[in-house]
Amino acid sequence: MRVPEAAIRKTLADANLQLAIYTNTGRFKENRSKAVAAEVLPEYQELRTRAAAIKRHTLDFLDVYLLQFESAVEAHGGKVIWASTGEEAADFILKLAKERAASLIVKSKSMTSEEIDLNERLAHHELEAVETDLGEYILQLAGQKPFHIVAPAIHMTRNDVADVFTEKLGIERDTVIENQAMTARRVLREKFLAAGIGVTGANFLAADAGAVVIVENEGNARLSHSAPPVHVAIAGIEKLIPRVRDLGVFLDLLGRSASGQALTSYTSIVSGPKRAGELDGPEEFYVVLLDAGRTKLLADKEKRESLQCIRCGACLNACPVYRKIGGHNYPWVYSGPIGKVITPQFQGRGKDPWLPFASSLCGACAEVCPVKIDIPGLLLQLRREAVAADPADRLLFRAWAWLMTRPAMYGMLARIGLRFSGVEMGPLAAWRAERDFPAVPEKSFRALWKERKK
Amino acid sequence: MDSREAILERVRAGLGRKLGQKPLPPPEPLLRIDTLGASGRLELFRRKLMGTLTVAADAAVAGRAVADLLNGREAVASGHPFLERCGIRSMARVFTDPAELRNACATAGVGITSAYCLLAETGTIVLRATPEEPRLPSLLPPVHIAVVPEERLLTNLDEMLSMTPRPVDDASAMVLISGPSRTGDIEQFLVRGVHGPGEIHVVIVQGKHRDS
Ligand code: SF4
Repeated sequence: MRVPEAAIRKTLADANLQLAIYTNTGRFKENRSKAVAAEVLPEYQELRTRAAAIKRHTLDFLDVYLLQFESAVEAHGGKVIWASTGEEAADFILKLAKERAASLIVKSKSMTSEEIDLNERLAHHELEAVETDLGEYILQLAGQKPFHIVAPAIHMTRNDVADVFTEKLGIERDTVIENQAMTARRVLREKFLAAGIGVTGANFLAADAGAVVIVENEGNARLSHSAPPVHVAIAGIEKLIPRVRDLGVFLDLLGRSASGQALTSYTSIVSGPKRAGELDGPEEFYVVLLDAGRTKLLADKEKRESLQCIRCGACLNACPVYRKIGGHNYPWVYSGPIGKVITPQFQGRGKDPWLPFASSLCGACAEVCPVKIDIPGLLLQLRREAVAADPADRLLFRAWAWLMTRPAMYGMLARIGLRFSGVEMGPLAAWRAERDFPAVPEKSFRALWKERKK
Repeated sequence: MDSREAILERVRAGLGRKLGQKPLPPPEPLLRIDTLGASGRLELFRRKLMGTLTVAADAAVAGRAVADLLNGREAVASGHPFLERCGIRSMARVFTDPAELRNACATAGVGITSAYCLLAETGTIVLRATPEEPRLPSLLPPVHIAVVPEERLLTNLDEMLSMTPRPVDDASAMVLISGPSRTGDIEQFLVRGVHGPGEIHVVIVQGKHRDS
């Protein structure tokens, strides 16, 4: 696919959308910086180092941890389902739903299930799978994909939500946010109590306990794994960590990096179905371990570290490109810097060859990444691979290199392209990561730079 | 070959590892435990808790504090013996029938539990799913009250993880509750109680409790 230029132009021209992206990511950014500041968390850098080391270690010995996880799950009466593809994962849930005569499935937010289009696959078979995270619920009603991996509906306003609710739920138009949230509570509460299966994702899988760890603020994940008679957790194989004890490092980093919270409202550590004598909880517990391309990344020693990602979203909020073009102009469900790194690896680099090039390599993403993924380094590698693989791209890259050595020409093109590419073109690499424009600047960076030099 | 074998084989091939080859030991996590005294912990917990805190001198006082919080509302109480001890399970309008648990939780205005422990640094209530402490009382009603002996107040998560490195070996689930149910999904406007309880009250009970 080529650069979705028209769509990007549309995003850039939409003043309300620009404001929404800018303020929302800005707030996340600010909350994160406060929460990891040296006065608040002096051990922050040490935590990052440990987290990166533990993740890397787990990936390097993943075969052992997968087996350890499986036997621990089985010891507590659960079952591990291995899925090579998204289709296999969906097929398992379909078969289970049929056997248990479950026609309603409640789901809590899971990027992994988005990745494999689980809802669409289930809907094909007349199974109702309801998203229960408020943002995801709104998006499902509106027929949209997540805009952000942590905050899926940051691009929508209360007016958008009012329109969606009126149209899809047939209720009177109401733009009061509290009322909208309470409408969701009322509608979804009935679903939780009636559902035959609850599907969740997993932020971590602790190998020693066979436990699924889920982090959230709303309580919909708790309801999904507590209320229905069957709990299915679906997770990529890279989610493993060796021990529950390691959460002392990861929870702190995840919460602070994602939303500035030391701990989110709820952290669930689920190790199996309900045990003898328990009065509630699921009777059956399954963990679907998904490959769907992950073993390909694992085999690449240099790019293996992209599997360390804990999906905190901090790199999106820090990224000057994401903050202009938003989440829907990336070709896959994973947007922002981490999306650029993993999309070509998962989907094949021929599909969207432009993706690794749409970056100024300013380094803001690597600076905030809690597990120290060298995103700019990985992007450079992907660029080299793309160029080596495709002569057309080599040409494109040469043209770019040519431009870069001709400042006048570059300046002209940059001015023309300003409304398209915003602030993230070449020279911005020199800018500090924390520097942001409130909106598309009137003047080009080069013009400003010239003025400054005067 | 089934998917299990296929995935494991792809993993091993990708890593260049052989079946049965031993791993290196994992790097240690950093567990940070500040040694705060009991009063320091209590003050920290009071500051961090996103809800009200009542400190009761003994079980009887705790029971009265809960009655005040309920103010006549219908409630459902877990089967934890500490609630029995505080006289909460025998209060009027407090449901305790295990057979009716799910319905009672779905209709009651308040859910009452004890806790496995409390974490001062994050204002956290830690619950473990056991026959005495089911999942739904702290989840379905709009208000959650936790009544907990003071000796169960720890400094932080890391202290809990060092004391109990495997907290879910003898429970099917553990949940850390560090604030009310909340969402910021619409315009980052904070709404409490979107799915779980929007209101939290903790009653810490001082003194020695043998059966807590
Ligand atoms: S790459 Fe790093 S910063 Fe980005 S989402 Fe993953 S863990 Fe967070």
